[in-house]
Amino acid sequence: MNQILLWIQEHQQAIYIVILSIFLGIEVIGRVPSVLHTPLMSGANAIHGVVIIGAIIVMGQAEHNNYLALILGFLAVVLGTLNVVGGFVVTDRMLEMFKKKK
Amino acid sequence: MGLSLLTIAYLIGSVTFILGLKMLSHPADARKGNLIAAAGMAISIFATIFLYETNGQKLGNYAWIFGGLVIGSIIGTISAKKVKMTSMPEMVSLFNGMGGACAALIAIVEFHHLSSRGFMANGEPVATSTMISIILGLIIGTVSFAGSMVAWGKLNGKVKDLSFKGQHLINIIVLLVIFGMALYFIYSAGVVSDRTFYFILTMAFLYGVMFVLPIGGADMPVVISLLNSFTGVAAASGGFLYNNPVMLTGGILVGAAGTLLTLLMCKAMNRSVQNVLIGSFGGGAAVASAQQKSGAGSYKEISLSDAAMVMSYANKVLIVPGYGLAVAQAQHTCHDLEKVLESKGVDVKYAIHPVAGRMPGHMNVLLAEADVSYDKLLEMDLANEEFKTADVVLILGANDVVNPAAKNDPSSPIYGMPILEVEEAKTVIVNKRSMKPGYAGIENELFFKPKTSMLFGDAKKALQDLLAEIKNV
Repeated sequence: MNQILLWIQEHQQAIYIVILSIFLGIEVIGRVPSVLHTPLMSGANAIHGVVIIGAIIVMGQAEHNNYLALILGFLAVVLGTLNVVGGFVVTDRMLEMFKKKK
Repeated sequence: MGLSLLTIAYLIGSVTFILGLKMLSHPADARKGNLIAAAGMAISIFATIFLYETNGQKLGNYAWIFGGLVIGSIIGTISAKKVKMTSMPEMVSLFNGMGGACAALIAIVEFHHLSSRGFMANGEPVATSTMISIILGLIIGTVSFAGSMVAWGKLNGKVKDLSFKGQHLINIIVLLVIFGMALYFIYSAGVVSDRTFYFILTMAFLYGVMFVLPIGGADMPVVISLLNSFTGVAAASGGFLYNNPVMLTGGILVGAAGTLLTLLMCKAMNRSVQNVLIGSFGGGAAVASAQQKSGAGSYKEISLSDAAMVMSYANKVLIVPGYGLAVAQAQHTCHDLEKVLESKGVDVKYAIHPVAGRMPGHMNVLLAEADVSYDKLLEMDLANEEFKTADVVLILGANDVVNPAAKNDPSSPIYGMPILEVEEAKTVIVNKRSMKPGYAGIENELFFKPKTSMLFGDAKKALQDLLAEIKNV
């Protein structure tokens, strides 16, 4: 019990961020028309590519002789970049088509 | 100085993600929103590379980092640019899986980092929250990766539906095992072995595969959206691990928005999430009963010239596009048909079911590509009004979304899904490749109705022939 309270105390900022972000995430897309479901999903998909930052940190901290960390970290950076770049480009392509008719 | 700049960069990143999501949900600003979020992402990434430091130590291995970024960007851009409009959903699933794998890899490296130091950091045992972040990132990332790969395979037809008796029970057991092992992992920090860690990894992978495998292809959008929010949570657990605000906000935002989006998609199909995830669609008994019922009926075919005649002399034609149109890449031909008919004084509109195709909004994207004007696309409720006054309804490769069983057959697996009530029109022409049932795997009694006639063939080929005939009328 004490541990849990201590943990909450230590991480209160993060906990605030999490709770507020949950509400924000729900609020922000609350009234999306069904036409935009697919592009929105694709855009959100690109945004969670922010996990790449973790991959960069892992990669940047790996020791030079730790090949496991280097290789896995490198793979993580490549995959994370795929997620980010591919995600945004696909979304843009989808939305490009919405714009043309105007 | 560097660190405060980093803080500002992360702040900008977080704000652009929120703005981006907000704008992505409005048709007019959507594209700008996507670009803004992308810019924020770029700022966060480069700020991390050059400004991030732990205990005064900057990041190293620049060659590796930039190598990875360049390779990822090149492959990502090329595959995203090359992919056909019809395969977009698969692509989203694939990229989502990459994000999940990335989160899992981070967890693996961090685990080895800790285990090589005997789970001690600065002379103290590793904090429980670190262990929680690592194992959460591992489990959720792996489930998301495995699930997305299966979903990707299903959408491009490489993986078939597979369900067997007791599958749900096994899934629940696997889930409980993962949960139990994760608790053990967290509370035995310091003595935990590599074997435990990789056992959890394997189980999570297994669960991801088993979880998606029985779900029908028609429900894949819902599943992808759900896995999308999973990856968001996995990214957020990385945020906890590194105490990184931008990963935290980005991840949780997507986790929350993705969950809501999943619910909205289900709502558009009038199904509950539970129904999608647990009630294997179109399974066993329902198919049999539906086939028995319609087995007795017979359908009639219509010749091209008859179809051309009926449509040329109609006052109002409504086109119902479906996956068949997308597969045949017939959207441009369809637009041509619309123009020719309009030149003959026929009022042509499109009736768009919210989940026609493989993704919500799939048809809108496709028709927009062919320059079909926005105000010709009718949403379901409006279309259902229009059917009453329509002379001809032309169904192009749509099936389940026009199946009357959803309205009048309580035993049907799609019972309760709102459909396009095409029967209200005077004549219904259905273009399909064959009499095979649609993605839900159930028969459609609409095809056996007296006012329905079938025009078999690939949508593009059929439309081209029809176009030629109409020009001759």
